[in-house]
Amino acid sequence: MGRAIADEPRIFSLAVAGSVLFSLVTVGTAYAFGAITEHVVQPALKRDEVDVAALVSAGLVVLAISILKIIGILGRRLAGGVMAFRQFARYRRRVANKLVRLPAQGRPTGDLLSVANSDVEAAWFIIMPLPFAVGTVAMVVVAIVALFVTDWALALFGLALFPLIFFMNMLYSSVLTPRTRTAQKLRGEVSAVAHESFDGALIVKALGRGEHESVRFETKVNQLRDAQVSVGRIRGLFNPAMDALPALATVAALFVGVVRLQSGAVTIADLVTVAYLLTAVAFPLRSFGWVLGELPRSIAGWERIRGVLDASEGPAPGTTPLANNGQPIRVDVKDLVLSYDGQQPVLRDVNVAIPAGKTIALVGATGSGKTTLVQSLINLLKPQRGEIQLDNVPLGDIEPASLSERVAWVGQSTFLFDDTVAQNITLYGSFSEDEIWRALELAHAAEFVQALPDGLNTRLGERGVSLSGGQRQRLALARALVRRPALLLLDDATSAVDPKVERAILKGLRSGVSETTVVLVAYRRASISLADEVAYLEEGRILAQGSHDELLATVPGYAAVVTAYETNMAEAPS
Amino acid sequence: MSTWQSLKRGMALTPGLAKGLSVAVILALIATLGRVAVPVVVQLVLDDGADDVSQAAGYAAAAAVAIVATLVAAYAMSVQLVKVAEGSLAKLRAMAFRRIHDLSMRHQQEQQRGSLVSRVTGDVDTVSQFLQNNGVFLLISVAQLVLATIAMAWYSPVLTLLVLAAFAPLIWILPRILRPLAASSLEVRKETGDMLGAVSEAVIGGPVVRSYGVTEQVGATIDKTVRKVQQSQIRTQRLGVFAFSAGELAAGVAMVAIVVAGVLLGVGGKLTLGEFTAFLFLVTLFVAPVQLATEVLNEAQNAAAGYRRVLEIMDMEPDVVDPGETGQDLPPGPVRAEFADVSFEYVSGRPVLTDVTVNVAAGSRVAIVGQTGSGKTTFAKLLTRLMDPSAGRITLSAVPLEQIRFNSLRKSVVMVPQDGFLFDATILENVRFGRLDASNEDIELAFEVLGLADWLSGLPAGLYTEVGERGESLSAGERQLVAIVRAYLADPALLVLDEATSAVDPATEQRLARALDTLTHGRTTVTIAHRLSTAEQADEVLVFEAGALVQRGHHLELVAEEGSIYANLHASWRASAHAV
Repeated sequence: MGRAIADEPRIFSLAVAGSVLFSLVTVGTAYAFGAITEHVVQPALKRDEVDVAALVSAGLVVLAISILKIIGILGRRLAGGVMAFRQFARYRRRVANKLVRLPAQGRPTGDLLSVANSDVEAAWFIIMPLPFAVGTVAMVVVAIVALFVTDWALALFGLALFPLIFFMNMLYSSVLTPRTRTAQKLRGEVSAVAHESFDGALIVKALGRGEHESVRFETKVNQLRDAQVSVGRIRGLFNPAMDALPALATVAALFVGVVRLQSGAVTIADLVTVAYLLTAVAFPLRSFGWVLGELPRSIAGWERIRGVLDASEGPAPGTTPLANNGQPIRVDVKDLVLSYDGQQPVLRDVNVAIPAGKTIALVGATGSGKTTLVQSLINLLKPQRGEIQLDNVPLGDIEPASLSERVAWVGQSTFLFDDTVAQNITLYGSFSEDEIWRALELAHAAEFVQALPDGLNTRLGERGVSLSGGQRQRLALARALVRRPALLLLDDATSAVDPKVERAILKGLRSGVSETTVVLVAYRRASISLADEVAYLEEGRILAQGSHDELLATVPGYAAVVTAYETNMAEAPS
Repeated sequence: MSTWQSLKRGMALTPGLAKGLSVAVILALIATLGRVAVPVVVQLVLDDGADDVSQAAGYAAAAAVAIVATLVAAYAMSVQLVKVAEGSLAKLRAMAFRRIHDLSMRHQQEQQRGSLVSRVTGDVDTVSQFLQNNGVFLLISVAQLVLATIAMAWYSPVLTLLVLAAFAPLIWILPRILRPLAASSLEVRKETGDMLGAVSEAVIGGPVVRSYGVTEQVGATIDKTVRKVQQSQIRTQRLGVFAFSAGELAAGVAMVAIVVAGVLLGVGGKLTLGEFTAFLFLVTLFVAPVQLATEVLNEAQNAAAGYRRVLEIMDMEPDVVDPGETGQDLPPGPVRAEFADVSFEYVSGRPVLTDVTVNVAAGSRVAIVGQTGSGKTTFAKLLTRLMDPSAGRITLSAVPLEQIRFNSLRKSVVMVPQDGFLFDATILENVRFGRLDASNEDIELAFEVLGLADWLSGLPAGLYTEVGERGESLSAGERQLVAIVRAYLADPALLVLDEATSAVDPATEQRLARALDTLTHGRTTVTIAHRLSTAEQADEVLVFEAGALVQRGHHLELVAEEGSIYANLHASWRASAHAV
């Protein structure tokens, strides 16, 4: 909270000023009505004649009061809103900035998204009622003092009522918060069940399990219903109670007022003032409840934001540019050790030398470390020990911009942006249309892109849903190829592509326009056979490196992995 | 559909809602009595009770009773409203959920999955939240407005008219603020969606973003969306504050009118001091409803839109219907399938399958081959009645497919889809989905029979291993294994398999092949084949191209037909398999 005030001191002061003005005017209204009753209305009624000057001034006072009140509201609400919305934007920007630069931190996407969305709102929403609450403090103080000045007996009602409302509010929040949290959690669960069930619609239908799924969904829905009703009950009790309290106080004050009137301690005008005051002050007091109720949510949100913002970004990026000499890159991997959890190493002392311009295939069973190795080559993963050199420059020293200019990586799961085909390929780079088409042809994607409604300018749906897996992989490949990389890393990047096409693509790469060093991870034997050399991995170690034939003859593990395809695993065009 | 029409449709679907709401309306009227009680007692005390303590005590006591009664009635109303609303909405969710599952693949494919989910979650939530947060306020506000007006008119019709006149301009002004306000809040929601989309791309596509060095550019794109959200939030807020202030201004004008006109009337003997003061109190009852109206109407529009989207689902007629009572059961034993001049086209009219006539003999193994988009998968979906053909006739063991009871059909005919979808649960629960009454022993036995016992025992918790969201803790090949066991437990007479295309690691490939072999044994099996061996070992191969069945026969016969589509397919197949 203090941080927000420090971020936006001027706006906050404006909001508080508006709120204080509003508060004072609210108390003032009660006294104005009292005064008008005493000096204008009562004399007029008693004498049965109108003092025009007094009447006009009374009207003007009332008008002035409401204009002041509106100014207060405008100041408080507008400034409070602006402040909260600026905080939302400020922290969303910071979170997004961090997320873009930092690896996924091992947290699910939905989780990170909610930090950028609901956690930011939860943390700063409290800013909106805050000035109101501050102003209300002023109002309560002024109101109690004013009440005592009027009459001590009547003042007791204010003294009793205001704290009571305040505590009721706190009670309300503490009772309601866990219930709303439960409901919120259940809402998430209902959504999860629906999502999963529709995701698996085919299997649900194929096995005729619609009824079973309905029951599963209904169970959750009914739990949500019960939680909602429980929230509703609390609200249904507290809200009317909070209305009833000031009303009861007003009625009681009226009675006591009449008694005091008999003893001459107060006037009729005082009575009007007090009754009005008790009614008018009660509502703003509830703003405390909002602030207090928001507080736990705000703190939780803030902690989650900090969790993202404080994550370490690792060593500073390198500054040595990678020479752009148009030549393929040589890769040397020396004693590389990498572990995700700091204990179980995924790569253990990996040593590989990849001569410039060669194509090397990484082969190994699932979990042998192929993907980890490839991702370390482009600095997506940082090894614990050992070193990777590109053209004899340590990877950590290389300036990131020059690295991505010369090295291209295509991962196992394709990612396409919700944008046009062209934008997905150029990714903010400047390439001519000819260059794009050439890359598409090389990736065997030109044909289907031409068939798209708007060709290169066709917008792909979210994450490329409108395309088949193979088509998406080919676009991702074109994205790498258009850059004419000096080092190309293909991590099982053509797995969903028709084997015949895959082979054609890889062949095309070898006779491609520019000389490129290629590191590829593949399962299909046909793909492996296109490599100049094979590196065979087993449990995070390079067990053998050499030509396919050599390895086949000398390494039994390699032979087992590769020949597994040969017997009955040959694949048909799909 | 207009807002009103969707409301009527919705009420008809959830009859409890309408009945419960009418009770709530009556209670709302009672609930506001207490609010009018204070001004009334102010008037009574000032006019009659000021000199008489016991009379004042009586008035005060009566008012206190009214206030407490109000409290009770308001509580009862809230609970009633929430119970009825939540109960009906829960039913609505369940109905919509069921309807979505009852729609054929044809409909389901045309909807975005996320949008289907939001029909039963977010869309219903908007209605629920409206009723919980604003519904109660709306009812009380309206009732309050009515009662305050009645009380005012009772004291002084002239002054009441003046007050109403002060508020009258709002009828003109408010819609002019509310309409852009509604549009503006819609904008906020849309832009928030865009922002989240941009952030999620940066997160999911993180490796691509970083490895292609476009961090700055992607960051700038997100910045732009964040700024847009901020701007429209501020714009929305500004409109809301104006509407709020308009109510306050009208109240101010009304009070000036009361003071001036009240005194003038009072001098004429037409208004007492108490009545005058009561008016000042009653006017405040006008302000709150006007100010709430801005929020309430906005939310009401959202809720109506959400309601409408749910009703759209309910309005879709399921096109693949269970014949139920009037249907027949499949005769026991292996199933024979016949297609006679079967065609299928999408709702858009795009033909996918044209005039397919074919017999699948009972107990035979049939492989279907063809390029992507040749109609293979459609053939499989028609065969399992996940969709109905646009023309032609399909029979299973001489019974027309559409006359087979779903109970019998889904028991005897099972499709194993390509992606091997699993639920976020244990392997045990996923496999049991194939036969709900299978015991743990049955399931363990199934793994053993299919030659997967060693694989299962290699998992961290065996049958109790959690497979993760969509089964993603397992590899693609392992998901297939679980799907095969699931199908084995279902024990169908006709099995339709869609082979996976993506390459999986060799050890799993071998297990898959062995398990499939056992699974298909003794059943009529139709396989969408992506593997050469499947086609080679099939009793018959069906070759599809461009939605037509172009070749059929045994692998060896088809290969012999030189220059035929299958011969070409096979040649390229062999080339890639034996390239080394």
